[in-house]
Amino acid sequence: MAAIDIKRVGKTYVGNVNAVSDISISIADGEFIVLVGPSGCGKSTLLRMVAGLETITDGTVSIGARVVNEIEPAERDIAMVFQNYALYPHMSVYDNLAYGLRNRGTPKAEIDARVAEAARMLELQPYLTRKPRALSGGQRQRVAMGRAIVRNPAAFLFDEPLSNLDAKLRVTMRGEIKQLQKRLGTTSIYVTHDQLEAMTLADRLVVLNGGSIEQIGAPLEVYHKPASTFVASFIGSPAMNLVKASIANGVISIGDRESGLRADLPNGALTLGLRAEDLRLAENGAGFPFAIAFVEDLGAQRLLHGHCSGQSVVVAVSPDLPLPSELRLTIAQERLHFFASDTGKRIETTSF
Amino acid sequence: MVEHRPFLKLLSHLVLILGVVIVAFPVYVAFIASTHKTTDFITGIMPVLPGSDFWSTYKTVLFTGLAASGAPPIGLMLGNSLIMALAISIGKIAISILSAYAIVYFRFPFRQLAFWIIFVTLMLPVEVRIVPTFKVVADLGMLNSYAGLSIPLIASATATFLFRQFFLTVPDELLEAARVDGAGPLKFFKDILLPLSRTNIAALFVILFIYGWNQYLWPLIVTTDSAHYTVVMGIKRMSDVTDAEPQWNLVMAVAILAMLPPVLVVIFMQRLFVKGLVETEK
Repeated sequence: MAAIDIKRVGKTYVGNVNAVSDISISIADGEFIVLVGPSGCGKSTLLRMVAGLETITDGTVSIGARVVNEIEPAERDIAMVFQNYALYPHMSVYDNLAYGLRNRGTPKAEIDARVAEAARMLELQPYLTRKPRALSGGQRQRVAMGRAIVRNPAAFLFDEPLSNLDAKLRVTMRGEIKQLQKRLGTTSIYVTHDQLEAMTLADRLVVLNGGSIEQIGAPLEVYHKPASTFVASFIGSPAMNLVKASIANGVISIGDRESGLRADLPNGALTLGLRAEDLRLAENGAGFPFAIAFVEDLGAQRLLHGHCSGQSVVVAVSPDLPLPSELRLTIAQERLHFFASDTGKRIETTSF
Repeated sequence: MVEHRPFLKLLSHLVLILGVVIVAFPVYVAFIASTHKTTDFITGIMPVLPGSDFWSTYKTVLFTGLAASGAPPIGLMLGNSLIMALAISIGKIAISILSAYAIVYFRFPFRQLAFWIIFVTLMLPVEVRIVPTFKVVADLGMLNSYAGLSIPLIASATATFLFRQFFLTVPDELLEAARVDGAGPLKFFKDILLPLSRTNIAALFVILFIYGWNQYLWPLIVTTDSAHYTVVMGIKRMSDVTDAEPQWNLVMAVAILAMLPPVLVVIFMQRLFVKGLVETEK
């Protein structure tokens, strides 16, 4: 149990390649932090710097009250779960779990007790004598988790632990990880590129892009108030619609058409964010005209892909709703998101 | 061969049988020759059926030795060969697995250069560097010793290269997991890399044992004392008598006996050997 403090951390590889720059996150004791972002955004590099598998070029990482920049991974009191499990193939499940404890000179009786406890928690008791190759993907993942648990570390570090599993198992394991973390109360950092995993697991999300932080916040806060167009398009499924718009005297136009929506913002171009699930089909001639290109039926909802003034827009509607031949869209005023058209940053507004 | 075509089946069997005959016939002739009397060969015609002197020939070879040709009893020569072959194969494996470990897992200056220097020595067989090697061994006073027989043959680029290739296929996460689990470099090597290399070591052992056992030129040069003769060069000494007819039956019996240990190694290690060649267990 410990807080983790990441202060102005940066990583520059040979040849001046900047993987991560100027990242500061302070993680409270017992908190579940998810680092999320597209491939190459530096999320794994950041995690590996916390783990000590990658040297830190700038800034400091502290676990507990201790700065760990120059400390070996084994001495940092952390446990890591790898994407491909990284189980020792020639050792039985028991030995895989016990190996880290043995290296620390833990007494045999205590190793036995801790392994038994972890095996019970993860329902691995029947497999303790098996080799990893005789286990299924989900069981291997559990062993990898068990290896982290037995050590009883100050922090868990997860590096995309579920991406090798099939979709169904991923959902189950996601739930198990969440429960386990709540029960043990161990500070955790979890890396993923899957926004759904990030939303469901995190106490706080850290959205990374191009080696720096786009936004830190609770999942719903990030969802409802994305700090930039990048976050807006990355978090939430289907992604938020981003359309080019302009304001003249408080009236919003999309393309060259007035939308009938108003905003208390200075005149000029901006990017308008519209969540697919916030858009409604309007009745009797009001609203903005919408031309359907194709329809995706997902069962629980129906996604209408189409265009408004030549810009592509996705609308999520109930599958029971009849589709009239001529569609018009409306949206509640307070559901609008505004972003600067040049920087992509969010513009706060008191829309009326 | 996907389809069942009788003609192809027949043809492939014929080719295989032909191959076996070509390989096995000389061995058969050697065995036949070892069951006849010395006098049977003077006519210049090789008998093709077993003679009646099997027991007496092998008894002579095993227990009395060949006093006439100045060779020591075969037991001593087989022992010498065994010591040399084991020293070479174990030494080669130990040295090359360690050097491959250093090259793959450690970042030290001139690492790539070190690898290429090792690799270049692949292109120099023992025969090419035999004169300077002999000079060095002679100056170190290692002539007529087991050390002189085996040490110059131990350094091995081939085995280093094989282990390097294997280590490169071991996922990096395994090393990282071990680091997080508190295993230092030596512990990682002992607890994880060595057990994973088990089948590769076995396969290499078979190949290197046969390589060591069949060494001919080097033992011939560094040993002049018959107490250090190996069996392969012993055969040469025995057939190389002056002013007399070589005792072919005895020579052939020794050849047959010299073949047995490598055959036994192959038979007993075959399971591991094949596993090492085909299995990718990671």
